[in-house]
Amino acid sequence: MDFSLTAEQRDIREAVAELCSRFPDAYWRGLDRQRAYPEAFVKALTEAGWLAALIPTEYEGAGLGITEGAIILEEINHSGGNAATAHAQMYTMGTVLKHGLDAQKRKYLPAIARGELRLQAFGVTEPNSGSETTRLETRAVRQGDRYVINGRKIFISRAQHSDLLLLLARTTPYDELSDKSRGLSVFLVDLTEAVAKGQIVINPVEVMINHHTTELVIQDLEIPAENLIGEEGLGFRYIIDGWNAERILVASEAIGDGHWFVERASKYASERVVFGRPIGANQGIQFPISQAFAHIEAADLMRHKAAWLFDTGQKCGFEANSAKLLASQASWEAANACLDTHGGYGFAVDYDVERKLRETRLLMTAPISNNMVLNFIGQNVLGMPRSY
Amino acid sequence: MARHLLTRPVEWLFVNIAVCAKCVPISAVTIEIDPTTKRVKREGVSHELDPAAASAVEEALRLVEAHGGEVTVVTMGMPNAVDEIRKALAMGAERGVLISDPALAGSDTLGTAKALAAAIKKGQYDMVICATESTDTYSGLVPGQLAELLGVAALTFAKKVKVEGSKAVVRRQTDFGYQVVEAELPVLITVSSGINEPRYPSLKGIMGAKRKEIATYSAADVGLSPDQVGESGAREKVLTVGKPPTRAQGTVVTDEGDGGVKIADFLASLKVL
Repeated sequence: MDFSLTAEQRDIREAVAELCSRFPDAYWRGLDRQRAYPEAFVKALTEAGWLAALIPTEYEGAGLGITEGAIILEEINHSGGNAATAHAQMYTMGTVLKHGLDAQKRKYLPAIARGELRLQAFGVTEPNSGSETTRLETRAVRQGDRYVINGRKIFISRAQHSDLLLLLARTTPYDELSDKSRGLSVFLVDLTEAVAKGQIVINPVEVMINHHTTELVIQDLEIPAENLIGEEGLGFRYIIDGWNAERILVASEAIGDGHWFVERASKYASERVVFGRPIGANQGIQFPISQAFAHIEAADLMRHKAAWLFDTGQKCGFEANSAKLLASQASWEAANACLDTHGGYGFAVDYDVERKLRETRLLMTAPISNNMVLNFIGQNVLGMPRSY
Repeated sequence: MARHLLTRPVEWLFVNIAVCAKCVPISAVTIEIDPTTKRVKREGVSHELDPAAASAVEEALRLVEAHGGEVTVVTMGMPNAVDEIRKALAMGAERGVLISDPALAGSDTLGTAKALAAAIKKGQYDMVICATESTDTYSGLVPGQLAELLGVAALTFAKKVKVEGSKAVVRRQTDFGYQVVEAELPVLITVSSGINEPRYPSLKGIMGAKRKEIATYSAADVGLSPDQVGESGAREKVLTVGKPPTRAQGTVVTDEGDGGVKIADFLASLKVL
C-alpha cells in the first residue's frame, strides 16, 4: 500500500501553496472585517487554472481527479485562507458534466474552465426544507418551450458572485408522486439576466463568517426549456450524485484548517514563555494539540481512501461521508486547542485564530449536518432502523 | 554558442535563452556545513528552485514572450534537482538540462562554470541568464567565469533587460545609481534580486511540464574529464569553516540629563566629531 503523493500531486500542492502565500493572513482578515469577496484571490486562482482542475481536457479543463481537487482546496485552507469562497466553481459544474446534453456541455464548460463564466451558486435549500430536500417547494411549471419558476431559496452561497445558478425545483407536486425521490428537476439559470429582469431578487444573509450567503426570491422566472439539465424529475438523483465529491472536497478543507490550527498552536506553545518555560512544556497545553493532530491525520487517511475510491469509479458513500464527519470534528478539536493555547490572544482578531475557528465550525453543519452523516452510516451502512 | 543573428531577417528575430538555475535548500532550512567534507549538506534536505533563479527564469520567459524563442533551464546538481527543473518547465520554460554526476561533487565555482558552459555549448543560445548570486552560498563567482568560458560579454546586476535588434540592453544597478549598458548577442546577463515577481506555475503549466524534455548529462557526456571538475579538479580548497565573530555589545547611553553630552563624547571618541 503506497500512501505517498505522486510527483505531480506534490507539484500541485507546492504551486497552490506558493500562490496562497501571496495572500497572507492580513488579506483574509481584512476581507473578513469588511465582509468582502476575495476578488483578487479568486482571479489569481482562476487564471492559474486551479478551479478548472476537474473539468475534462476536451472542455479546456485539466481533467484531474478528485484527489487533486482535494489537494488544491486543502492547501488553500492550510494557508490561512478560505476555499469556500470559490470551491463551488470547481465542482458545481459536475452536474452539467455528468447529466447535461452535449450542447450544454460545449456551451458552458469551456467558458467555466476559462473562468469567463462563474457557476458557483447552487439553489437547493429552502426555508421549509433543509436536510429534507425532497420536500422543497419551489415550483417549476412547463409552459410551451419555457419553464416558469416561483419560490424562495435560503443559504445560497456566492449568488452575488456567480453568473450562473444551478437550481433545483419541483416539476411534479409532492402528493402526486409514488416515488418521493422523483419530481424535482435541475435547471441552469442565467443569474445575471434573471436579476436584471427582477425575476430573482438576491438578499444577502449576514452570518458569523464571511461567507457571502444569500436568500433568493424567485418570482415568475422564465427560462428556456433547453436549460433543463438531464431528464425532468430526476434532479434529486443528480444532486445526490454530486454529494460524494462535495463531501471529499469539504473534508479536505477541514483537514487544511486542522493543519493550520496545529501548526499555529504548536509554534505558539513552543515560543510563549509563562512561569519561566514555554507553555508547550505543560501537558495540559501539549496533549490537546497532539490529540487533535492525530485525529486530523486519521481523517486525512479516510479522505484519501474516499478520493481513491471515487477516482477509480468505486462506491465511496461511507468513506466520503465519514471523511467529512471526522475531518470537521478533528478540525474543530484543533481549533479549540489552538484557541486555548493562545489564551486571550486567541480571541484577538490579529492572530486569525478566532476567524479560522468561526470558518471551520461551519463544516460540521454544512453542506450536510454531521448528524445526517451519522444517520446515513447507521441506516444505509449498518442496516439499523431509520432514526430520523 | 555564437549564432549569426544578423543574417536572419529582422522580423524573424527571436531569442533562445539558457537560464542557469540552482537547486537550493528551502528558505526555512538552516543551512548546515558538513564538518568532514566542508560542503553544504544537501542530502535529505528539502530543496527548492532558488528564488533568485526563479527571477532569472521569469525574465527569460518575458523576453521570449516579447520576441519569440525558447527558454532552456540548465542546472548542475543531484539527481533530485529534476524537481526544480520541472518547476521551471511548469512556469513556461521549454526544456531542461541536468548535469548530474558523482564526479562533479565538490566542484569549486570554476568547476561548476565549466560544467555549465559545456552543457550550454551543446545547444545554441542567444543569451544566458543567471541570478547575480545563489541564495545558499552567495559566492556570485559562477556567472563571470561562465561568460569567460563561453566567450561572451557579461552584463551584470540587471534591473531591466531589453533586446533591441541584435543587442541586449541592460539597465544595471550600481552603488551610485544606474548604468545603461549594451552588448551584441550572444551575451550573458545576471539579474538582480527584485527585478521581477516570478509567476507561479499554472495548473496547465504543471500538466504540460510532464511532456517536456529534460536531458541528463554526466560529466563525460559534456566532454569533461575528472581532473577538470569535482573535488580533484577544484582549485579552491575550503580549509576551515567557522562562525563569524559575534558582534561586540553596543554601548547603552542612559540619559540622566547629560545624554547629549555623553553621545557627543562617544562620537568624539570614534573621531566622528
